[in-house]
Amino acid sequence: MDFEDIKKGIINLIKKAETELPDDVINALENALEIEKGIARTQIEAILKNIDLAKTTKRPMCQDTGIQTFFVNVGVDFPQIKKLKDLITDAVKIATKEIPLRPNTVDPFTGENHKDNTGEQIPYITWDFIDGSDVYITAFPKGGGSENMSKLGMLKPGVGIEGVKNFIVEEMIKAAGNPCPPTVVGVGIGGGADLSMKLGKKALLRPVGERHNDRTIAEIEKELIKRINDSGIGPMGLGGKTTVLDVHIEKAHRHPASLPVGIAVQCWADRRAQMVIHSDGSWEVK
Amino acid sequence: MEYHLKLPASKDEIKKLKIGDIIYVTGKIFTARDEAHHMMLEKGKNALPFNPSEMALFHCGPLMKKEIDKWQVVSAGPTTSSRMEIFEDKFIEKFGINIIIGKGGMGDRTEKALQKFVGVYTAYTGGAGALAADKVQEVLGVYWLEELGMPEAAWIFKVKEFGPLVVAMDSHGKSIYKDLKK
Repeated sequence: MDFEDIKKGIINLIKKAETELPDDVINALENALEIEKGIARTQIEAILKNIDLAKTTKRPMCQDTGIQTFFVNVGVDFPQIKKLKDLITDAVKIATKEIPLRPNTVDPFTGENHKDNTGEQIPYITWDFIDGSDVYITAFPKGGGSENMSKLGMLKPGVGIEGVKNFIVEEMIKAAGNPCPPTVVGVGIGGGADLSMKLGKKALLRPVGERHNDRTIAEIEKELIKRINDSGIGPMGLGGKTTVLDVHIEKAHRHPASLPVGIAVQCWADRRAQMVIHSDGSWEVK
Repeated sequence: MEYHLKLPASKDEIKKLKIGDIIYVTGKIFTARDEAHHMMLEKGKNALPFNPSEMALFHCGPLMKKEIDKWQVVSAGPTTSSRMEIFEDKFIEKFGINIIIGKGGMGDRTEKALQKFVGVYTAYTGGAGALAADKVQEVLGVYWLEELGMPEAAWIFKVKEFGPLVVAMDSHGKSIYKDLKK
């Protein structure tokens, strides 16, 4: 297996995520442009122009190239599972120089910047195991401005789903223009504190515009989109109709005494790119 | 209204600006995030290696690359301004800042300082880093790069028609963000 070639593939993957947005996000932004006027429209126009410029000049669309975050589904029959972590980490280091990426990993105690986008626990990789011999990697570089608007609510079960909905709407109104709206909001409901946050983050991997397959949850997603957009916060918090492009909910069973709600917020630069690595080492970035 | 301003902007030019106006600026701007704010306030104006009064302040941690001996801007959109709220009133007063460029808005302390010392807070589209970089003509300098790292260092840019910037807080005590909260 040609490990150098796989590394090249992962660098390609990071580059794609940093310089090109998925079509579902661009479509949602183009829809927003149609309904916005005045200042709100100038913001969406600038965003679309920026997306275009980043793609044609192969430059990161945002100077905050994020914390390098990966979701990896490993086929249990892939022959070189033990190499994957090092390949991803090395690719991040090279990508930092080549693309380039902003050095974004800082020691929380000394404030020292590690300069290559790696560090303790970073790149942050979530591993899942699947059948087969292919490895699927999603690159999900996550910016700090939107991450800072994350929220965990350990609600009282008595408040019910109405209480959950109100919590989400209130938090997104409080966040206002800070997370670079129009945002995508991922919500994890249930599990424990950590699982609800994780589910919220994973919910962001679902394409914009795609509803949950449970009809009740899909209806709640639609209601939340409407309620948050009715707030009038608008693009960049300067007023307008589009505050969120989408709201995605995932759930887990909860303890009888707990009702955790984890909110993960993604800016309009909802950067995602996928690749597959086959058992012979060949790869495709999609 | 739309205005095209040469930096430094005069008191009269700033006073004319009202929330909702769009401006484009030409001249020198400097970047400062949390760490640079903190450091500059500690040093005081006389100990600074550049004169912030003749520039606009840009809340930005740019992505830069060095080609041969020259720094180039790769991507340079605004960072979240509310983090600088704890420094900004003193910063405006000490360094004579009259145009701030950021995103997401700022609070009461900044609003009062903008009124008292005649300044505006303007919003540049968050995340539009490639677009912003395109308006930078030249990187004039960088300070505290070693100590603070690339995002937190103070970068001096020469910009042309940098914008559109939305006047979001003006020198008359008005704020788009405050109006929306109502």
